Amino acid sequence: MNHIRSIFRRELASYFGTPLAYVFVLIFLVAASAMAFQLGRLFERGQADLQPFFTFHPWLYLLLVPAVAMRLWAEERRSGTIELLLTQPITLWQAVMGKFLAAWAFIGIALALTFPIWITIDYLGDPDNGAIAAAYFGSFLMAGGFLAVGSCMSALTRNQVVAFVLAVAMCLVLLLIGYPAVLDAVSGWAPRLLTDTLASLSFYTHFESLQKGVIDLRDVLFYLLLSGFFLSATCVVLDARRGDV
Amino acid sequence: MLKTDGLIKRYGTLTAVDGVSFSATAGEVLGFLGPNGAGKSTTMRMIAGFVTPTAGTASICGHDIQSDPIAAKRQLGYLPEGAPGYGEMTVEGFLRFVADLRGLTRERRVARLRDVTARLQLADVAGQTLDTLSKGFRRRVGLAQSILHDPPVLILDEPTDGLDPNQKHEVRALIAEMARNKLVVISTHILEEVDAVCTRAIIIARGRIVADETPQGLAAQSRYHRAISLRLQDSADTERVRSALATLPGVSTIEASADDGRITVFPVRDQELAPVVNRALEQMGLRLRSLAIEAGRLDDVFRRITT
Repeated sequence: MNHIRSIFRRELASYFGTPLAYVFVLIFLVAASAMAFQLGRLFERGQADLQPFFTFHPWLYLLLVPAVAMRLWAEERRSGTIELLLTQPITLWQAVMGKFLAAWAFIGIALALTFPIWITIDYLGDPDNGAIAAAYFGSFLMAGGFLAVGSCMSALTRNQVVAFVLAVAMCLVLLLIGYPAVLDAVSGWAPRLLTDTLASLSFYTHFESLQKGVIDLRDVLFYLLLSGFFLSATCVVLDARRGDV
Repeated sequence: MLKTDGLIKRYGTLTAVDGVSFSATAGEVLGFLGPNGAGKSTTMRMIAGFVTPTAGTASICGHDIQSDPIAAKRQLGYLPEGAPGYGEMTVEGFLRFVADLRGLTRERRVARLRDVTARLQLADVAGQTLDTLSKGFRRRVGLAQSILHDPPVLILDEPTDGLDPNQKHEVRALIAEMARNKLVVISTHILEEVDAVCTRAIIIARGRIVADETPQGLAAQSRYHRAISLRLQDSADTERVRSALATLPGVSTIEASADDGRITVFPVRDQELAPVVNRALEQMGLRLRSLAIEAGRLDDVFRRITT
């Protein structure tokens, strides 16, 4: 636990040690607001809730989370620090978790900085603040899922650009397989079981209720299990590729 | 303290390390020698637990690196090749991070950081980020990181690479001092380093151990071992001396260098030549500029057994 905390602290500090962090937070905030106000018509629709804000989060994360995740392991490999890290008396799992949690916390900070939107809505109308808090929680959970996928892709390569592209592609698949348009196309020829399975594996499906502020244990479990799966995969990949520097 | 048992590492069809076995104890400074790509770094990486061996294993202070990696790594200080470090961190921050991973208590960390910073003269750069440091400083930060927890076994991959002669001297003095109660394994391709610090040299070529000797023992395998090299006051006498010495008992060959006029007299295996050569030169009434008995040349041995 101490080791995870040490790595977590170092990683999180390293984000803010470079201008990258500030650029990222800025882009995140601009993109999140632009989507909510321009695409989602947050004001014009005249309802006191944040649904137009949350509904675009899967798309926001699709590009921005891989941008955070890409350096997790690819950079360690490129700079050779992976050799330093993995020869310390720590387990692979501790290293993977420490780095993952730091990146997750970083995205959490960016997400938390969207609070002025919430305050605005709360000032203008009378939203269900419990539902908004729940949707924030759901969004953060989903970000963890995207991030775990990105962590695994980053472990595969020493090239950050490759890691980014792989992560976006993988996340896009996991996102799209839940969209009605895709499911309709599949259901024409595939057995129902396959369609249901696909839908149940999608980020989109499991964010539908969360974004409305409904916390369903199944959705929460989905994101936790998905993250756990891809973090374990990260360990497997790192272990298999230990010596390839 | 350190024992490797038939370490093998294959990458596809390439065998990088092919059955390396040795053991070493505290007090030794073990030099790993070999041409680039001979398998030195891969062997060290396997011992340090970074590369998983294809076959064979190693143990550090009795802890097997495969079945009990954490305990093995605790006993080990490791400087990876090229001394990698997190560029955006300050020297102090980086060393604190490693101290945390090493599980040092607060008091111990403070004391060790002070000690290590002083020993490697890092106090002036403690607040600088690693990215801004010169190669020599980065190497010293890497060394500091490896000895922070005062481990009984140290593995240093090219510890003096990129250092200037003064820094090299300091690092060698540090290694010699630490070797009093530790085992230090260093890899190098600088042969003078072996002479300067190592008590034992292992030469690796094509993934196998081809020699395991003291530096003196290695030098003794050189054809220069016990050869006499001399320079005459007057180089015009070179030919005369050459033919005179060639007839002496125990002399196998004589070489004269056209550049500096140095004459090297090679003995028949292990023959003591100095008295006879001296007497012969005296009888000829020649004046010498210099005369030396060579111990043997490591580079000569190195070339012969690795090619």
